[in-house]
Amino acid sequence: MTGPAPGQVTAPEIDRLEGKDVSTNSLKASTDRGRAGDKIFSGISLAAGVLILAVLFSVAVFLLVQAAPTFVADPAEVTGGNGFTAYILPIVIGTVVAATIALLIATPVGIAVALFISHYAPRRFSRAFGYVIDLLAAIPSVIYGAWGYIVLAPQLAKVYTWLAENLGWIPFFTGPASQTGKTMLTAGIVLAVMVIPIITSLSREIFLQTPNLHEEAALAMGATRWEMVRMAVLPFARPGIISATMLGLGRALGETMAVALVLSPGALVASLVKSGNQTIAAEIALNFPEAFGLRLNELIAAGLVLFVITLIVNMIARFIITRHQEFSGAN
Amino acid sequence: MSKRIDVKDLNVYYSKFLAVEDVNINIEARSVTAFIGPSGCGKSTFLRTLNRMHEVIPGARVEGEVLLDGDNLYDSAVDPVSVRGQIGMVFQRPNPFPTMSIRDNVLAGVKLNNRRISKSDADSLVEKSLQGANLWNEVKDRLGRPGSGLSGGQQQRLCIARAIAVSPQVILMDEPCSALDPISTLAIEDLINELKSEYTVVIVTHNMQQAARVSDKTAFFNIAGTGKPGKLIEYGDTTTIFNKPAVQATEDYVSGRFG
Repeated sequence: MTGPAPGQVTAPEIDRLEGKDVSTNSLKASTDRGRAGDKIFSGISLAAGVLILAVLFSVAVFLLVQAAPTFVADPAEVTGGNGFTAYILPIVIGTVVAATIALLIATPVGIAVALFISHYAPRRFSRAFGYVIDLLAAIPSVIYGAWGYIVLAPQLAKVYTWLAENLGWIPFFTGPASQTGKTMLTAGIVLAVMVIPIITSLSREIFLQTPNLHEEAALAMGATRWEMVRMAVLPFARPGIISATMLGLGRALGETMAVALVLSPGALVASLVKSGNQTIAAEIALNFPEAFGLRLNELIAAGLVLFVITLIVNMIARFIITRHQEFSGAN
Repeated sequence: MSKRIDVKDLNVYYSKFLAVEDVNINIEARSVTAFIGPSGCGKSTFLRTLNRMHEVIPGARVEGEVLLDGDNLYDSAVDPVSVRGQIGMVFQRPNPFPTMSIRDNVLAGVKLNNRRISKSDADSLVEKSLQGANLWNEVKDRLGRPGSGLSGGQQQRLCIARAIAVSPQVILMDEPCSALDPISTLAIEDLINELKSEYTVVIVTHNMQQAARVSDKTAFFNIAGTGKPGKLIEYGDTTTIFNKPAVQATEDYVSGRFG
């Protein structure tokens, strides 16, 4: 490095002589390298966040505005003639029942399959198996619906007849059973089949992330494999399992096509083996094409109710997860 | 309640790779035995064969015998689960269960063995184990808090409490202090000194001063080169190993000339 010749006045010195603020601290020199990247990236992520909120907000506003006429309409004019509440309540119950059946079946099965893949199956086999499960999640719901309609329902009809004859004293199985098998229970089972891959895929990923440290801790104490799973894997995966179940529930609540194909709808009945009942999503899909005027507002109001149900369910799930945060190992 | 370990002609394999070759060693009951040696020489692998924890890794297997008071751990009728119930282990990194309270961590192993334990028995066992691990005074007011909220050294002592709560015959420690600060290390070393009055303790350590401080006997493991199996080079009283080792490699290692 060659400095200025002795006696010569350098540019910074001229600045100093002229009273300008010159700093010799090289750390203060701005380095634009990287700074721009930071700004662009934070701008993009902010924009993405705002966009999501804006979409959610606009959907909510759309639902509210379009649904509003239903709430102020003359009760006699609403479908059924007894006001919106009387119209919506049976299908809200139907929606919740269908989703509940689906989750009651899908959660234990999904977790068991995920555990099998992550902790029990031979490694080579488990990879192929996991791939198949992921494929199942990608099958369009109309195909599940068609399968439920053509294959599953006729098979289940026989089971339903037996259930109605032998367990008919339980309100859920009161006869006479549907001869086509197109009932609430079938819808719930088809939904379960659709939800299982979602719960399985997500749970498997979480199970695989269980720290080796904790699995070994359990094994070194003399835990069997199942005890190790209960002691280390499941507690660790708990928030993930809840999230997976919630995603599954989201699909079960909102599923339209499969339910529309598999269920022959009707009035609310307690029996799950009779035809009858309806879900919000299927109700909207079946009636939307011919709806106009107040009927259209009604259906959108039904959509609003579904939106609110989903919101409440998700908030409950969040609450359950955060309640145990202290013991999550995140600290 | 402590038993001796005799290892006869033990070879440890990962699939086809011979990781540790031909180890013969006799570990006395109620003593502290240290395994020292450079990284990758198989001392941790060998330690894990003493409670069959190496089997957790797919493809790992052994040839030879490990006798716990004369009973072979590798007899075909022996369940590794019951072996691990008798030979406890403390790991390199503290690993209390994050989802459990301090109290539940201590009781975790006990609940595996006999599921029903009365609350008063559990309380006294928790106190006894935590006192045995020199942790009681620090945590007695927060037994219901998560174990992961403790400092690293406290967590490691919690793991020791968890190990001694099931009254094992032997406690294996795999570099228990390598993730800890000097003060916590000292606390664990004091604890090891107390544990040997009741338990057989085997400790793997990278820290030669630690081996010299805590152990009665020391085993030096070495490896001829990458890809070669680890071997037990020399085993004897700690004072002998550190002052008058019989083998040149041991002397080079303990005097800091390599490793």
